[in-house]
Amino acid sequence: MSLSTMLAAMGEGMLRTCLIFFLTLLFSLPLGMVVMFLRRSRFRIVQSITKIYIAIMRGTPLMLQLLMWYFGPYYLFGMSIRGYRFAAIIIGFSVNYSAYFAEIYRGGIEAIPKGQYEAAEILGYSKAQTFFKIILPQVVKMILPSVTNEVITLVKDTSLAFTLAYNEMFSLAKQIAASQTSFVPFVIAGVFYFIANYAVAYAMERIEKALDYYN
Amino acid sequence: MILQMKGIQKSFDGLEVLKDISLHVDKGEVVSIIGPSGSGKSTLLRCATFLEKIDAGSIDYMGQDAVTTNEHGVAQYVPHQELNRIKRYFGLVFQNFNLFPHYSVLKNIMDAPVTVQKRPKEEVYEEAMRLLKKMNLENRADAYPCQLSGGQQQRVAIARALALNPEILFFDEPTSALDPELTGEVLKVIRQLADEKMTMVIVTHEMPFARAVSSRVVFMDKGVIVEEGHPEAVFGDPTQERTKQFLRNYQQ
Repeated sequence: MSLSTMLAAMGEGMLRTCLIFFLTLLFSLPLGMVVMFLRRSRFRIVQSITKIYIAIMRGTPLMLQLLMWYFGPYYLFGMSIRGYRFAAIIIGFSVNYSAYFAEIYRGGIEAIPKGQYEAAEILGYSKAQTFFKIILPQVVKMILPSVTNEVITLVKDTSLAFTLAYNEMFSLAKQIAASQTSFVPFVIAGVFYFIANYAVAYAMERIEKALDYYN
Repeated sequence: MILQMKGIQKSFDGLEVLKDISLHVDKGEVVSIIGPSGSGKSTLLRCATFLEKIDAGSIDYMGQDAVTTNEHGVAQYVPHQELNRIKRYFGLVFQNFNLFPHYSVLKNIMDAPVTVQKRPKEEVYEEAMRLLKKMNLENRADAYPCQLSGGQQQRVAIARALALNPEILFFDEPTSALDPELTGEVLKVIRQLADEKMTMVIVTHEMPFARAVSSRVVFMDKGVIVEEGHPEAVFGDPTQERTKQFLRNYQQ
């Protein structure tokens, strides 16, 4: 098997890996915001439930969570859903990452000085205007480095989709490596992750630079 | 009368910070509130601007009730919408400026009039530039707060408050976070506003300034108003022993 055939065979897996990556970000970034609001709720009970949720998401392996999402409906409710595999992966990843993002958002929001809220209140801004116009832009700038970390971890975590026998890039690499008794697919996989993360880091750095006009 | 506060009581966790304080401010008056740290002067200002809720007493602006006390002695605020309308009567300048760091100087001044008061952008722009000129900052309109000195930031904060055309402007120790060198430029613009008959309440530790600029001085200690009157009377010939002691300590 030549290098180009290997690349071609892994190509589709790369697309699947990218798909997991982008869909997870698409859902978990906003979902994290929701979780953060629940975590900061005035109601103790909502707060506690959210804390437990975050503890479970961060305290158990993502691999286990993926298995739970995929097999749970069958074992718990006897449901078998056709074509559910991919959805289970995206749900599992998004729900897990939203817990991490929620805590990053919370850290950012709690670091905003109280005076910003008071100034906005005196000037007559509504609660929503205060959040979206005054607080959020400052939070985004503050949390970018932590978000970058999380996004980079996500790139590598996509390989966990193999747990549900989903043929993303790394699963294919392992299969080809086994059948060809070759180490090359692993090198290709390593290069792929590295380039992907380099691109992530580069993009995030650009955003950070763009927000550098104030501190 | 612009502001009337009557029988204000406020406690934090059982600690009485304001004990039955009454304060009124007429149009064009400049009232300075002086007193030692912890005397409750900043809390009084925060209660007047609704940043803190009072436990009992009443507050009205321009004859409109904002808080009243019911027969059980509990303070009751008017509904949210009405309170928001009343909030438009006053502005507040903070000790730490609290400018929005991600907005340019011009946007800091223009944003609230445009997004909150829904005034036309062109008109607000004209006014913002006029205010910046008055604050001697017309060439810093595009700067960001982090590029300005503390004194400049505080002048922007004053312009931001004035852009909403308040009836009364509160200052919470406006120069306490500034170097002595920068204090002067901020006091100068407040003095200028006083000359223009802007109604103001200023919590300050700048005694000579308070004496020169105020129409009335209020001396507070331990949550009560100890003495109140014309600056020359309070500073020159105080009647209360506590006032004398405070001013003596200040001169040393």
